[in-house]
Amino acid sequence: MSVGLIFLVVLVLAAAGYFVGRARALSLSAQSGRKLHSLPSYYGQTVALFIAVPAFFVLIAWLFIQPIVIDSRVNGMVPDSVIPDGGARSLVISDVRRIANGLDAVLSRDAIDESALTDGSIDFSSIRGRLADVGVALVGDVPTEVFEAAKAYRQGAKFGNMMMTVAVLLVAIAFGAWSYTWIRPDMRARNISETFIKALLIASSTVAILTTAGIVGSLVFETINFFKMYPASDFFFSTVWNPQFRGGSDLGIWPLLWGTLYISLIALLVAVPIGLMIAIYLAEYASKAVRSVAKPMIEVLAGIPTIVYGLFALITVGPFLRDYFAQPMGLGSSSSSVLTAGLVMGIMIIPFVSSLSDDIINAVPQSLRDGSYGLGATQSETIKKVILPAALPGVVGAILLAASRAIGETMIVVLGAGAAAKLDLNPFEAMTTVTVKIVSQLTGDTEFASPETLVAFALGLTLFVITLGLNVVALYIVRKYREQYE
Amino acid sequence: MNMSGMTTAITPTPKVAAMNETKVSARDVQVYYGDKHAIRDVNIEIRSRTVTAFIGPSGCGKSTFLRCINRMNDTIASCRVEGNISIDSENIYDPKVDPVQLRAKVGMVFQKPNPFPKSIFENVAYGPRIHGLAAKKSDLDDIVASALQKAGLWNEVKDRLDSPGTGLSGGQQQRLCIARAVAVSPEVILMDEPCSALDPIATAKVEELIHELRENFTIVIVTHSMQQAARVSQRTAMFHLGNLVEENDTDKMFTNPDDQRTQDYIMGRFG
Amino acid sequence: MTDVSVFGNVAKDIQTKSILEPDARTRRRNAAEARFRLWGAIAVALGVLALVGLLASIFSNGLSSFRQTYVTLDVFLDPAKLDKDGSRDPASIAKVSTFGYTPLIEKALAEAMAAKGISVDGMNAKAASELISKEAPASLRNHVIANPSEIGETVSFDLLASGRIDGYYKGRVTMESAALDRNTSPEQLQLAERLKEAGILTTRFNWDFFTAPDASDTRPEASGLGVAILGSAYMMLIVLVLSLPLGVAASIYLEEFAPQNRFTDLIEVNIANLAAVPSIVFGILGLAVFINFAGLPQSAPIVGGLVLTLMTLPTIIIATRAALKAVPPSIRDAALGVGASKMQSIFHHVLPLAMPGILTGTIIGLAQALGETAPLLLIGMVAFVREYPAGPPDGFFDPASALPVQVYNWTQRGDPAFVERASGAIIVLLVFLILMNLIAIILRRRFERRW
Repeated sequence: MSVGLIFLVVLVLAAAGYFVGRARALSLSAQSGRKLHSLPSYYGQTVALFIAVPAFFVLIAWLFIQPIVIDSRVNGMVPDSVIPDGGARSLVISDVRRIANGLDAVLSRDAIDESALTDGSIDFSSIRGRLADVGVALVGDVPTEVFEAAKAYRQGAKFGNMMMTVAVLLVAIAFGAWSYTWIRPDMRARNISETFIKALLIASSTVAILTTAGIVGSLVFETINFFKMYPASDFFFSTVWNPQFRGGSDLGIWPLLWGTLYISLIALLVAVPIGLMIAIYLAEYASKAVRSVAKPMIEVLAGIPTIVYGLFALITVGPFLRDYFAQPMGLGSSSSSVLTAGLVMGIMIIPFVSSLSDDIINAVPQSLRDGSYGLGATQSETIKKVILPAALPGVVGAILLAASRAIGETMIVVLGAGAAAKLDLNPFEAMTTVTVKIVSQLTGDTEFASPETLVAFALGLTLFVITLGLNVVALYIVRKYREQYE
Repeated sequence: MNMSGMTTAITPTPKVAAMNETKVSARDVQVYYGDKHAIRDVNIEIRSRTVTAFIGPSGCGKSTFLRCINRMNDTIASCRVEGNISIDSENIYDPKVDPVQLRAKVGMVFQKPNPFPKSIFENVAYGPRIHGLAAKKSDLDDIVASALQKAGLWNEVKDRLDSPGTGLSGGQQQRLCIARAVAVSPEVILMDEPCSALDPIATAKVEELIHELRENFTIVIVTHSMQQAARVSQRTAMFHLGNLVEENDTDKMFTNPDDQRTQDYIMGRFG
Repeated sequence: MTDVSVFGNVAKDIQTKSILEPDARTRRRNAAEARFRLWGAIAVALGVLALVGLLASIFSNGLSSFRQTYVTLDVFLDPAKLDKDGSRDPASIAKVSTFGYTPLIEKALAEAMAAKGISVDGMNAKAASELISKEAPASLRNHVIANPSEIGETVSFDLLASGRIDGYYKGRVTMESAALDRNTSPEQLQLAERLKEAGILTTRFNWDFFTAPDASDTRPEASGLGVAILGSAYMMLIVLVLSLPLGVAASIYLEEFAPQNRFTDLIEVNIANLAAVPSIVFGILGLAVFINFAGLPQSAPIVGGLVLTLMTLPTIIIATRAALKAVPPSIRDAALGVGASKMQSIFHHVLPLAMPGILTGTIIGLAQALGETAPLLLIGMVAFVREYPAGPPDGFFDPASALPVQVYNWTQRGDPAFVERASGAIIVLLVFLILMNLIAIILRRRFERRW
């Protein structure tokens, strides 16, 4: 049974359990003449929860564990001899998976019976052609061991799937039946189901922890793998980024970090003054009419997906800068450049800076403004000499958050900054960033055993650590600042 | 201290002539908040180098009227002032008047001490700096020192001028705010319930200070405490429901008021 | 101010000035004030200008993708070529490849030109037929396979014009550029003009843009958003189904039940930080955990949906907690006072009252998720997908694209016609986003409650 179907069946069982449990509670109460402790629906709810929740947990756990078990079994069937020179075991394993999936397609397309695979009636030598027909292209001939492993993989998957169906339904029915027999008029059904629900609420709130654990775990795990293949000192201290398909790559992070920081710096140079002045103008000067028009328009900038900014950089800003600035000034001929990406990213961050600053400026108490006006200060003197200094920690926090945004931004730099990793000062040159390289190393055919792919995880970890650090510091500063005026 | 304050107020001093000069005069002042008519037909003469107290039940418009005198109400969008208020016979609501210049002449101290989150020195130096009162750093030092002395705070803070103004006690903060106002050397100082957030000891110090400042400044103080009005002021104005009910010498006001409403308020029958 | 060391002198200096005449310093200060104010106005204008420029760029480039040039021809479905054995058996008809259909179109065009008396120097029938898209034979073949009974008849078809001809009518291709272009020629454009005069060639609304799947690099005119819209819709469905209950449950726990302890702090810190983790890191998570570890298929909406769910959760949790917090404690007390359990008071009273706020937050979270691109690139959604995914839930595991990823995909193609397509796709994306935000605003306006 497919996962979706199992899911539906469990849901139906739970619904049935609800009515059965409710009916039993009512009839028991009528027989014994005793009043039910809880409303009848709580008895039904208890049964339904006992059916659905453990079953779904088993289902999810199974979906995660089965591939690991099968992989390890298949792994054992592939001898080292079939692994090509310079190739990796994981590649062969992924071939096994592809063949296994391809076989399904072959069987259904050519209407071959399942048994043909096992009794050998299907011509083994033709299998590569057949697989190619269904879109599974293989390089070179398939060794017998690999083909056998693929068949075992299919068998394992099929068997596992069947066992999963049985296990899930068994769990659902067993727990349902157990809770059903438990029903008595004096059972505290409401308390039981509420405890159950509370446990579910707690479980839901741990998703955030699990996500963080997943992020940190996967990044750290693969980064360690990367450093086993590529020296960490080269990664952190080399100034050359030059990945090669055939090994011998230079994977120094500095050119990427430089591009990231340079672009982020330009973005902040654009966004911070403009965003701050927008916040000041809208908070202190603008008439109601201007504010009611301008504020939502600025906020709309924040709701526009980054891919839109990326396209804007690619088709409008990049060519504009190239044709009117870079080429006349003889500074370059590339439409993707640090300046293109920085400018557009700056626009993207403006609403971020302005709305955070707006909050912060508004948090400065009116009494300070009054004090300054009462001494005969003009509005701009009050803003520059009283409000901004008072709001400074908060504004710094906002700028750090904006910087973290800029450093982690992907689509604008993918489309606007270029792909050349270099250490250069000319803002009209194309440069690249950490995020661009994560995308380029992980898209397309990824070969998980090579340092060229795994470096993306080390880059991701670096990015995660930098942005997390900035966020923690920024949130700390902003919180301290808020406390000051509360 | 209570009675002695009263005595000095009525003892003739060399400044008597100056005391009777009219410094601020209001003619038919009306104030509206949107549709609400907050102040009606107020006419008052405020005398030079005198402490004038505004009293009255809360919401009677005394603070609103006070804020009209240095146009602080300009910062409230919905507020509209009609009529004529003049200082030294110059109408402060004349379109030619720059409120910034006016406020240098008419300083203000607020209900809650509101020192800027800067050092003590910077708090006092702020006004002289923006108005360009000091050409040299040494001038500024002198102005700050002098203002702090006048505010009676010098001895308490002279060794820690660089520490933050917000670190002072409430009463010290309020005296710092007064020093801040004095440093611009205004002619009139408006005080909006300056002691309402202070404890009795701090209040006594501020009252003493007001008494000393009278020699150089025209002071208008809004207070909710009749005792305070009696202690610090020479003239008292009673507001009720947006109207100026009565304005008189303080001792006359508290012994034999002309208006029945003043009598009732002073006797504690309402408010 | 000459000898101002005595404070009183300064005071005197000011006092003698009239407030009716601003002094030089005040004038300077007021000028600085006006300048500062002007800078503020300029900043606001720049912000608004950026928005206008952004939208103008996208719309000016993209609006034309909603129109498409077609050539309407009466094609004779020649049985001698399409169904040699005359069996009308779909299997045998399917054996005729698209190359078998090309001559039919060529012939139909030649006939139409002859009938209208159109001829252009240097254009033979084969050269003329190149103004019809290479996609046309394929769509003709699909039609015939679907309707084998029409073989032998003459059927009127709207066939796509080639990308260059389409571009000519959208101002992208000119006679000058055509002279330098290997894929078209000025003669071909002249022919197109003549066909247009004869009413054979028309430019009209492009429904296919919303329904057709992606097309290869050389056929921009045939590319559409069908698979991408469907893929995005699947992902939004997954995100909604997973993140709403999870987010609401987590928020209820944190807001109503959670004790003040380290565990709760840990969760709160996690949620705050997840909201600020770069989106691409979620892509890495998806790749490492859902694809490599759990073995879910690449390019599938289920993986995209799961990743986007994790990204949307913090938004929904923050919005839901705010909505729960806004319900006054008196409501809870009232319910508890009549003997309801805490759980009952929350599910019967607090949650319904908080629902508009929760839904608003959810829609805004979904809108963010809809525009998210970077994590989807890493889980293989950039793949070239021409097949529609199956219906849910099985379709969740089929390869699909997504709207923003399709935009990215098209920007990586060489033909300039794809710039128009990418911008058009953005317009579609923005329309969806505007609709979602409108719903959120209406919800908020309609059900906003002031306690």
